[in-house]
Formats: sequence, structure tokens, C-alpha cells
Amino acid sequence: MRTAFKLAAGIAMSAIAAVSQAQIKPSVIYDMGGKFDRSFNQASYTGAEAFKQETGINYTDFEITNEGQREQVMLRFAQRGFSPIVVAGFQQAPIVEKVARQFPKVHFVLIDSVVDLPNVRSVVFKEHEGSFLVGALAAMKSKTEAVGFIGGMDIPLIRKFGCGYEQGAKYIDKDTKVFANMTGATPSAWNDPTKGGELAKAQFDNGVDVIFAAAGGTGVGVYQAAVDADKYAIGVDSNQNYLHPGHMLTSMVKRVDLITKKAFEDEMNGTFTSGLQVVGLKEGDISWALDEHNKDLLSKEDIKRVNDIRDAIIAGDIKVHNWEDTQSCVY
Amino acid sequence: MSQLAAVESPRWVRIGLIPLLQLVLALAVSSLVVLMIGEDPIRAFKIMIQGAISTEFGGLSNTLYYTTNFIFTGLAVAVASHAGLFNIGGEGQAYVGGLAVAIVCLALDSTLNVWLIAPLVVVGCAAFGAFWGVIPGYLQAKRGSHIVVTTIMFNFIAMAFMSYALVVWISPLGGNSTDSRYWAADAVLPKWHEMASSFGMNASFSLLNPVLLLALACCVLVWVLIWRTRLGYAIRTVGSNPHAATYAGINANRIIIITMAISGALAGMMAVNEVYAAQGRLILNFTSGFGFMGIAVALMGRNHPFGIVLASLLFGALYQGGTELQFEISSISPQMVLVIQGLVVFFTGALDRLVREPVESLFQRRAIVAANASTGVAK
Repeated sequence: MRTAFKLAAGIAMSAIAAVSQAQIKPSVIYDMGGKFDRSFNQASYTGAEAFKQETGINYTDFEITNEGQREQVMLRFAQRGFSPIVVAGFQQAPIVEKVARQFPKVHFVLIDSVVDLPNVRSVVFKEHEGSFLVGALAAMKSKTEAVGFIGGMDIPLIRKFGCGYEQGAKYIDKDTKVFANMTGATPSAWNDPTKGGELAKAQFDNGVDVIFAAAGGTGVGVYQAAVDADKYAIGVDSNQNYLHPGHMLTSMVKRVDLITKKAFEDEMNGTFTSGLQVVGLKEGDISWALDEHNKDLLSKEDIKRVNDIRDAIIAGDIKVHNWEDTQSCVY
Repeated sequence: MSQLAAVESPRWVRIGLIPLLQLVLALAVSSLVVLMIGEDPIRAFKIMIQGAISTEFGGLSNTLYYTTNFIFTGLAVAVASHAGLFNIGGEGQAYVGGLAVAIVCLALDSTLNVWLIAPLVVVGCAAFGAFWGVIPGYLQAKRGSHIVVTTIMFNFIAMAFMSYALVVWISPLGGNSTDSRYWAADAVLPKWHEMASSFGMNASFSLLNPVLLLALACCVLVWVLIWRTRLGYAIRTVGSNPHAATYAGINANRIIIITMAISGALAGMMAVNEVYAAQGRLILNFTSGFGFMGIAVALMGRNHPFGIVLASLLFGALYQGGTELQFEISSISPQMVLVIQGLVVFFTGALDRLVREPVESLFQRRAIVAANASTGVAK
């Protein structure tokens, strides 16, 4: 009788242990812009959904709509024992720093910014490398020796994209003209397809024939303008090649989805690590998109040349200047 | 009919019953929307109300924190509209007010303590906001540029300018790429939960801080200004008829400029709450629509400070309750919360007469019947 009880208790205990190991409570906090922005925030959502499908473990998420919510929501997630808390967006960094200090046992994953605490994993992308790569491809495909860049809101992160792009284009041919415009100075610049289209038309009129848009939802207008003018456009963050096959030269992909999914998996397997992760072409978390929608636009030589440049950047033979290092695009 | 217009419906009907009916109507339509996405509206509203008034996790105090913002921007719109001016520039005026906080705090937060720095911040915010309001006021008064157009345009100028200031000047002084560093803790007003814990009470985290008292004081001052001073009388006269005001010897242009200065100052003081006390740092786009919501608050509060306090409480509760709703029910997105808030604005503001006219005329008729009966006049 006693052994039977012990046995039963043992089984029950191990069952509880198994459940508690499997039942992690992951969560995501999206930045303003919302989880369906087709770009940065949506990538975290995609990663979380992929994890949910593979493991059956549910997650909780929240879309920030005003500054007053940030601290409150993050605190509530931490208090309720959610871990890891994946926090997308550089504007959340100061709040992560505050909340993570109060909850040393909760794991945080901060994307696009750095907080140096023992329970925070900070993931920063080398967007300048990817932008360099698509800039080089743009210059290779340009017949007019003029390429364009359209940024969303004028902030350092976007200048970093623009600077990498310019370097890539000038790497192919240092006489390439690079036209750069920012859509605006307010967050609406992330979602202004009309203005994006107008800026694209203006650049096309100036002789540009390839435009890279790092502008969130504004990009949709840029791509449409490229279709109307029968020119090329380059997508950003997620693979946007499918939007206009034949006119989307490629997309500079930032694998926020992989980062989110990996964070959840690490928590589930008990292998969560904190610290700074700077990911780029080498890690495969930044890449250029080649799929059935754009393969007809590129010759074998083009593809080889872009991949060679990628390998050269990874090997360190090509140094790409990061705008954020000097706050300027002098290289 | 002439008799009907002469009799006003009772006060409790105008400021109590009608807004309540409008609210109920708005919630009824909202519940249809909640039903459409397959959630239980009763449960949803319960979460919203509990989220807004519970003291367990700082719900009530966060509601009051939002209320503080709404009072400032609501008063700003109300003061301007007493002079017949539609100030849509609260957003920009508040945003520029944030710059005043940054300048004062970045320069002085290591040398002055909270008692010296807080008044400076208040004066600075009011001055910067007033400056941003006075320019459209001047253009309206002297050049005839319509205030609606200019204030809207000044919002955009403020946003562009503030983005530039943040990225180029302020963030390099120790902040992130688009916000400033935190102000020194000694220089900032303590938050409510910090004060409570120093008195041995236990309060959950919230952004509520003593600036709420400043907001309430502003309500009293605005009431005194509008209804108990010569300037207020002039403002109301210009508002009801600028030509008559000029004929009566009031310098209407001067009144327009002064009113816009006061209005801008009130909007600018929203930054005292948000930038100085609650967030403790200047953040890109910290206004996040509070300036525009001030229009709805003033509309619902009938441009009266007391009404504005009530409307601000309601909107604060909607914001905080909406956050909780999103938190508890994952299928409810921020857009859903916006729909509910929008419906409340719709029924209390835009569709005001839908409820107001039938209800008021009902009570007016009853009053007339009663009056006729008591004086013995035959129908």
C-alpha cells in the first residue's frame, strides 16, 4: 500500500515537473505600429505563431498604443509570471531596464536596442550590412546609374539603413547617384503610402530606376509607384517579394521572427542566455530574399556577385560603416 | 413654440441624465461590436470597469493619471471655444511644452531640488505652450488666417521640430536614439505609489502623481477667469459676437491673442504631467493623441471646467479600462478599444442632438404644462 502510494506520488510529481517544464508562459509586447504592420512588429508575431503551432504552447501579447501603457503592461506581464517577455522596438528599452531590475527571475528579450542586465537578452541587427547588399544589387541592376532610398520616419535607425545602402551602391560603381528621401518626422511616416508613392515618382523623374524603401507601410506606395513606372523596388524587414512579382528586385529581410521563436524555444528547453547578440549576414538573421517571385529578374552572375559580396562582408574583407558609430555617413 | 424655447429643462437633465443616456447608447452599440467578434459584451464591460476603478493593480490611479492629461487639453479647447476659436493645436502646444521640461531638467536637475525645479517646469511648459498658441492667435487676429488651419499646421511644425530637437540635440545628452535621459530622481515629483509607500501604505505601480492637483487648480482658475473676471466676460462676448464686442469697446483682436495664449499654456501644461512627473523623460510623440482627445473632452464637458473634469474621468477610465480589456481578452485589439472610445465620442459629441433634443423638449413640455396648470391658464 505504502509503495503504491509512493509510486503514485512519484508519477504525479514527475507529471507536474513535465508540465511545468513544457508550460512556459511566453509573451510578446509589440511597439506602436501594431502587430499587423506587415513589417517589423508582424515579424515577432509570425515567430510567436510558428512557435505556438509547433509546440501547442499559447502565448500572450499586447500592442502598445500610448506611452502610459508601456510600464504598466510590462509590469503586469512580469507579475503574472510571463517569461520570456519578448519586447519589440528600441523605444521600449528604458522601460525594460526599469522592469527587468525589479524581476530578476523573469527573462526579457529586447529587439533593436541594448539593456545590460543579467536577465535581459538584447538583440541588435546589423541592418547596414543588409542594406549594403541590396544597395549593391540596386546599382548592378540600374541602367541609369542612379538609385533611390526612401526612409520612413527620420530617426537614426533609418539613417543607418540609408547609409549602408549608399555604400553598397557606390561599391559597385562609385559614380552611382544615390537619391535619398525621408517620408516625414512623425510616426505617420511609417504608414503614408500616398506620400511614399509621390516621393518614388519624384525620384523616378530624376532618373532613378531602383528604389529601396525602409519605411514600413509607406513602402506599399513606393512599390506601387515602381509598378506604374515599370521600374524596380526593394522591400524591407519581411520578405515582400510576393507583393509585385516582376517589380520587386529583392527584400532586405530582418529575421525578427527567428529571434522571437528562438527566445521561446530557449525558455522551453531551459537554455535561455542573456547578454548582447549582434546578428547580421553571418548569423543568417539579416539576408536578401531570393525566391520564385524575383528569380527571373536576376541572372546567375547577379546572384553570384551578390553572394560573393555577402561572403566578403562576412569574412570582413568589406567593411560596412555603421551610421550609429559616428552619427554620420562619412566612411 | 415660443413658450417652449423660453423654458429651460432642469439642470440635472442637462448635465446628468442626457450624458448618461448618451453613454448608455454608446455602450449598447459597442456591445454589438463586441458580440460581432464573438466575445461576451457583459464580461468585456465588466473587465473595463474593474480595470478602470480597481485599486488592486493601480487601475484607479492610472485612470486618474490619464484624467490629468485630459483635463489640461480639455480646458485648452474649452477656453478657446469660449472666444469662438476652435483650437485644434493642443497636440502641438503640449508637445512643445515637453521641450520646456527637457530644457529645465537637463540644465538644472543636478543642482536644484524638486521644490525649486517643479515651479520652473510649470512656468516653462505654460510659456512654451502659450508661445505655440499665440502665433496662430496673432495670425487669426491680424492677418485673418483661419485658426483651424493654422493650429493644425502648427501641430506638424511642432512634430517635425521636436523630432529634430530630440534626435539632434537632446538624445545625444545621454538618452536613447529618440528620447532623453531620465531626469534625476531628486528633481522629479514623487509618484502616488511612492508617496503611499513612504507613509506605510501599500499601493500598486501607476503613473499618477501630484500634477493632478495642478490640473484641478487650473479648472478652478479657468472657471474664475471665464465667469468671474472682466477678461472672461470679454472672451465670452467676443465668442458670441465679435462685431458686437468691438462695438461695445472690446478690442477683439487683443482678446483673440490673449485667449490663444491661455489656451496654449493650458495645453502645454500637459507636459508637466506626462514628461516631467509620469515618464520622467522626454519621449518622441509623448502626446499620442491626448491633444486631439481634448476636443472630445471639451465637447462632452460642455466647455465647463466641472463638466471637463467629469468627461476627463470618463475618458481616463476608457483608456485605462481599454488597456485592461486588451490585456485580459486577447481577441480584442487596440482597434476594438478605439471603436468603443469612438462610439462614446460619437454619441456624446457628434450626435449630441439625437438624444438632447427629444429629452429636453419632453421636460420643457412637462414644465410648461405644470406652469400652466398652476397659474390656471387654459390650454
